[in-house]
Amino acid sequence: MIAFVKKYEGLWLFVHSPAAIIAALVAVLTFLGAAFAPWIALVNPYDLASFSLFDGLLPPTWLDGANPKFILGTDDQGRDMISSILYGARLSLVIGLSALSIAAVLGVGLGLAAGYYGGRFDAIVMRIADVQLALPAILTALLIDGIARGILPASIQQDLRVAVLTLAIALSLWVNFARTARASTFVQMNKEYVQAAIMMGQRPIRVMFVHILPNILGPLLVIMTVDLASAILLEATLSFLGIGLPADSPSLGTLIRVGMQFLLSGEWWILWIPTLFLVALVVSINILGDFLRDIFNPRLR
Amino acid sequence: MVYFILKRMIQSVFVMLTVAFLAFSLFRFVGDPITQMTGVETSVEDQERLREELGLNDPFVYQFTRFTGDMLKGDFGFSYRTRQPVAEMIASRIPATLELGVVALIISLLVGIPAGVYTALKPRGVLTQTILMTTLVGVSIPTFVIGIMLIFIFGVQLGWLPTFGRGGTVQIGGWESSLFSFDGWRALLLPAITLGVYQLTLTMRLVRAEMMEVMRSDYIRFAMARGVPTASLHYRHALANTMVPVITIIGLQFGGVIAFSIVTESVFQWPGMGLLFLESIRFVDIPVMGVYLVVIAFFFVLVNLVVDLLYVAIDPRLRIRDVS
Repeated sequence: MIAFVKKYEGLWLFVHSPAAIIAALVAVLTFLGAAFAPWIALVNPYDLASFSLFDGLLPPTWLDGANPKFILGTDDQGRDMISSILYGARLSLVIGLSALSIAAVLGVGLGLAAGYYGGRFDAIVMRIADVQLALPAILTALLIDGIARGILPASIQQDLRVAVLTLAIALSLWVNFARTARASTFVQMNKEYVQAAIMMGQRPIRVMFVHILPNILGPLLVIMTVDLASAILLEATLSFLGIGLPADSPSLGTLIRVGMQFLLSGEWWILWIPTLFLVALVVSINILGDFLRDIFNPRLR
Repeated sequence: MVYFILKRMIQSVFVMLTVAFLAFSLFRFVGDPITQMTGVETSVEDQERLREELGLNDPFVYQFTRFTGDMLKGDFGFSYRTRQPVAEMIASRIPATLELGVVALIISLLVGIPAGVYTALKPRGVLTQTILMTTLVGVSIPTFVIGIMLIFIFGVQLGWLPTFGRGGTVQIGGWESSLFSFDGWRALLLPAITLGVYQLTLTMRLVRAEMMEVMRSDYIRFAMARGVPTASLHYRHALANTMVPVITIIGLQFGGVIAFSIVTESVFQWPGMGLLFLESIRFVDIPVMGVYLVVIAFFFVLVNLVVDLLYVAIDPRLRIRDVS
């Protein structure tokens, strides 16, 4: 009975937390919308033939002079705002999730190894982590982007923008994973099951990934949610600064940068709708992260 | 005490050397400096002669030593893009960024510390819940969105404040300051608030956590039992001990302030170092990128050194440990 209650405790807490439910709803809807963007979006923002200049600058439907076809209005090129946001969210999430995966694999791998082997290897990894922690993520990402611009030949740079951006974000986020994985591994190393596995002569790789990893997944999951929000924010910021993606493949940050041009004129929706959407998405992911942390860390409750 | 200061200084020098090494590697290995300096019509022989003259064929360690030596003498090389000395370019941008950063930090402390104390002392209050909820949303709003929102409200809708540039500046011995004119302050206000908001939430959360910790400690309970007046208990006994970690955090926040000043400066077209750094990335102007790193690291190390010394001055326990 107690085991039963414990197993479903997280679910019970979730059902009784309206903030978590709303946040999960926003996040899931965004993920679905982004995943199925090519099928549900009215127009394809990358395909010049699918929209028309004659539909340009239409306001959202609740204002005068709107076309009921475009619920949230259109931008100056006649692109439907909802479609742009769906495609933008798609790009932002693809970059965010890939960067997060790279950061997680790199960070967890190094953290596990540092915790397992300890000694000099641990010291080296942690010093690198310390140095990088002193540099704010945005600065790291900007630097990596700048280096990539210097190294890569100009001809292939445009094609590799997404890859460079993803790598820049990934390399500025791995530290969190490494530190958390290392600290948790240290705790597990003293447990009998790990000692037993080592005694049995199992290979280090197997001990790390089959025995230790499943037992430290909780805190890593929390880091993952929080860092997904950071990755999306980083991507948006870099694109807003004009360092990220070019204007013809708009992510959420690029949409906001383009929308800035309409700050002084009356077309507020071109700027504020993508902005509101970005903030809602990030707030939702952060709320979910806080919620997960509470579940895995009952002391804080 | 002397030993402690000396140890910190040696550490700082080591950090600076690491950063200088990073800047040097950037300059040396990202793109070829010779192709940057010469045109297409320069012959291969001329390029090789220039390479030899500039000492780019010398051993690595020798080159790095010379690079560091030049930096210590204040010679930071020339920009690939503008052909001007990098030292001048950066120096002319330092006042703008420092004034912005310091004012932002002051805003974050002036609002963050009282808010943190209040939310710690009244954890169940309605106002506390409101503040905590606002900061959760505040952390999730990117800096550039906060900037756009402020521009929209105060610049466009109300028309009270300028939305770009530094406004009227006053020259004081080569330091171009916007702190001495009304116009300058008007231009500074929005960027400084934008930059301060994120730091503010950090300061507040830290002060709150620290204050709650202290309020639970034995000496506060004892003072309570002794009948120390509540105000004195809160502000003399508890707050004084809360301040020690807060000072350390200010040092760490400085790095964040500088990094996010890149974003803020871009939103407000504030002519500081961050804007210069962004331009240098866009045009792959490696010397400017490298020197920016070194200058930022220098300020960071300097602030943290001062913070460490302050720490010793404030917390007597750190001085005792030294004796043993």
